[in-house]
Amino acid sequence: MTESLNGKGLALVPKSDAKQTMKDYKSDQEVRWCPGCGDYAILAAVQSFMPELGLRRENVVFVSGIGCSSRFPYYLNTYGFHSIHGRAPAIATGLAASRPDLSVWVITGDGDALSIGGNHLIHALRRNVNLNILLFNNRIYGLTKGQYSPTSEVGKITKSTPMGSLDKPFNPISLAIGAEASFVARTIDSDRKHLQSVLREAAAHRGTSLVEIYQNCNIFNDNAFEPLKDPEVRDNITLRLEHGQPIVSAVKAVRRRPDGSLEVVDRDGVDESEIVVHDAHNPDPSVAFALSRLDEPWFAHVPVGVFRSVERPSYDHEMSVQVEAAKSERGAGTLSDLLMSGDTWRIG
Amino acid sequence: MTKQVQQLDRVIIRFAGDSGDGMQLTGDRFTAETASFGNDLSTLPNFPAEIRAPAGTLPGVSSFQLHFADHDILTPGDAPNVLVAMNPAALKANLGDLPRGADIIANTDEFTKRNLQKVGYTTNPLEDDTLAEWRVHPVPLTSLTVTALDNFDISKKDAERAKNMFALGLLSWLYHRPVDATVKFLESKFAKKPDIAKANVAAFNAGWNYGETTEAFSVSYEIKPAKLTPGVYRNIAGNQALAYGLIAASVQSKLPLFLGSYPITPASDILHELSKHKRFGIRTFQAEDEIAGVGAALGAAFGGALGVTTTSGPGVALKAETVGLAVMTELPLILVDVQRAGPSTGMPTKTEQTDLLMAMFGRNGESPVPIVAPSTPSDCFHAAIEAARIALKYRTPVMLLSDGYLANGSEPWRLPEIDELPDISVEFATEPNGEDGTTFLPYKRDPQTLARPWAVPGTPGIEHRIGGIEKADGSGNISYDPNNHDLMVRLRQAKVDGIDVPDLEVDDPDGEARVLVLGWGSTYGPIAAAVRRVRKAGGKVAQAHLRHLNPLPANTGDVLRAYDKVLLPEINLGQLALLLRARFLVDVISYNRVRGLPFKAEELAGVIQDVIDSD
Ligand code: SF4
Repeated sequence: MTESLNGKGLALVPKSDAKQTMKDYKSDQEVRWCPGCGDYAILAAVQSFMPELGLRRENVVFVSGIGCSSRFPYYLNTYGFHSIHGRAPAIATGLAASRPDLSVWVITGDGDALSIGGNHLIHALRRNVNLNILLFNNRIYGLTKGQYSPTSEVGKITKSTPMGSLDKPFNPISLAIGAEASFVARTIDSDRKHLQSVLREAAAHRGTSLVEIYQNCNIFNDNAFEPLKDPEVRDNITLRLEHGQPIVSAVKAVRRRPDGSLEVVDRDGVDESEIVVHDAHNPDPSVAFALSRLDEPWFAHVPVGVFRSVERPSYDHEMSVQVEAAKSERGAGTLSDLLMSGDTWRIG
Repeated sequence: MTKQVQQLDRVIIRFAGDSGDGMQLTGDRFTAETASFGNDLSTLPNFPAEIRAPAGTLPGVSSFQLHFADHDILTPGDAPNVLVAMNPAALKANLGDLPRGADIIANTDEFTKRNLQKVGYTTNPLEDDTLAEWRVHPVPLTSLTVTALDNFDISKKDAERAKNMFALGLLSWLYHRPVDATVKFLESKFAKKPDIAKANVAAFNAGWNYGETTEAFSVSYEIKPAKLTPGVYRNIAGNQALAYGLIAASVQSKLPLFLGSYPITPASDILHELSKHKRFGIRTFQAEDEIAGVGAALGAAFGGALGVTTTSGPGVALKAETVGLAVMTELPLILVDVQRAGPSTGMPTKTEQTDLLMAMFGRNGESPVPIVAPSTPSDCFHAAIEAARIALKYRTPVMLLSDGYLANGSEPWRLPEIDELPDISVEFATEPNGEDGTTFLPYKRDPQTLARPWAVPGTPGIEHRIGGIEKADGSGNISYDPNNHDLMVRLRQAKVDGIDVPDLEVDDPDGEARVLVLGWGSTYGPIAAAVRRVRKAGGKVAQAHLRHLNPLPANTGDVLRAYDKVLLPEINLGQLALLLRARFLVDVISYNRVRGLPFKAEELAGVIQDVIDSD
């Protein structure tokens, strides 16, 4: 039990002998999101990605909270638990911590993960249980029919904020890095290839991986991420994060300021050597955090990819190590030993 | 000098001092000596919620009461015969409970002008006639201890700190307690500080010798061992017994125990205890909050573990939504509520029975939850196994209602034979159960118990999805069909109503009683002691005690109707009474006190007699 599991997120999950296809992961349930919802694309991406992992399907579990995205588990032919609002990370923690042979995925949304369930999210991240958390960020409440969410931009006009929302949004990536997450990534519903590449890395990571997925809610917040999808501009504003590669878009580059913070500058006229090379494995989270701060609400430029992927002990594994150590040091417990521990005396 | 030895059949001692004076430890040790001597006993610790209230003040007083006897006893005793008062605050805080003629052993060193002022004494009560009604033994405990430790290489502060062991030694002499175990205990407790260990042992011996040699105490007392049922005994407090019961449930069900918990008084000791027993394969998870504690336990239960969460009232309120999810997903889960005085933060270290209705109804929708309540500290062991049995057999969350009195009180416990513990093992679903042989119906019920299959991840061929949305009967698919919802609501209720619980037993020795005293949970001891008193005085009264509050035993209505009057003492404003009246239309007579303290036997005896006498 004591050998390192770093980088082996699925090392303890049994593999399937049979070859799997996307069809194996589709359940018989009719999918009921609004036509055109970004959730469809994510579902298809996940269903077609899962066979690649080659796991025994019965050892895969999807756990969700409440919200449109949280219907996700019903549509996958694995084990699934559609729980209550905000609590999926807690429920998944108990499951993953007691069953290291499972591949556990949490499906959540911006309201579910960052508002009602914010506490569970940050603690799951710092604890580093072997979970993959997919946070569908559509920057709105969909299921309750259109109120602003904790990722909505300030001034958002919604049913509950007719004069504009007042509170500053969370940046989920900054939040996750601040919570000591060991794996933090961002991707987008419309780019299946990128989405799957991020899922691949998340699954391989041993510990809690947080993947923010920009997801379009075409009913209540349509085109929220349009600039990232528009073929005219998307390559200009998307800063691709690839480990060991300079951080650039088609026209922009990331450069370090003299005070250590990062700035986005025109790629033309920047010396190659000045461009920051991405190091996702840097134990110091400050550069990843600085990268997350390059976001701004109107998508002048957006880093996507794996911000941070560092190895650190996973909680479930450490918990098993303690149990095994207790057994090997003192032998497996028996009830008669337990009851007879302490001062006893005999009568009669 | 030979001293007189007097025989007593029972004694109630209260050790009281500042919360820094080590009164709980002193009480625990005296209890251990008394237990090993073979007396029956019952204890009641009483400590402030503050970890260190200002020294010498009334809120800082911590006490430990111990009742021991040469016969079997049921409560920690109504009023102490002996008060050990380590300072003026301890005297003042406890004097009101002391009957006339009781002994007071007071640490005179602490009765300084300043300490007296702190608690509002303008003159020293040891020197005026304030205590004329009691027998006062002034002993300079602190200075005697310091003198006794003169030759030890320890600081004056450490020497003064050993004064509780001096007091323990003196009391041990006074009541002829065996001392070897205490010496051993001190040696192992301070194993890393041999000087302190030696000093404490020396202080303990000095206290004993002080009693033996000085003229301050002319009489010592003997209390013969009690004639208890033969067997192996140990002393146990409720929280520890409950933790052991959960471990036993894990062993007897062959399921790994997973505890999700958040620290809260007075339940934290269960978390502490279970975390020590990882060699049983136990996983203890200290969660970020109460909700995560129960959530993780439920997640573990989904994975096939014995999922447990432990808390007190405020935590139950926070966990309610997740308990509802467990009702809906029909997964086994044990929720331990060590009740304390409420509402809100209330009085965290004080006891109450005020969460019964919350346990019954404190969730949205029709969400029935079985309830089990232990009656004594050691019964917490068996009640925990019973809660697990119900949870596992019927796939349901179960509330286990302990309380602060049981949690911290202790009594001798005759250890059960391991092979007499019930087998509560369960079988997981292993294959499709649909008629076509390939479909799995997660909500197809066992016709007898109405339990649904427990199908854990990792089992091929029965992958399925569950959740909080209403299920179609059988398939478990999402359903908004009106008739299906009506059916499912009724099925969930019928499942809980149909749980096999033993009949309510009535204790009515000559069968002539017309009055029944009914209780539930931790009031068992005081009620039974009161019933004994009434019977001794010639009164006729029957007693019955409920351990299952939901569902109630099938014969409950018949028992209630068989008596002219039913008296129901509760440490709440009549919560069980409300349920019984509604359910059986029997006008039970409520007796209620919510002082954060257990009932006194004498008080209840009076109430019972009044009910017998009234017409
Ligand atoms: S409301 Fe928005 S997020 Fe929800 S299903 Fe419809 S489009 Fe998707």
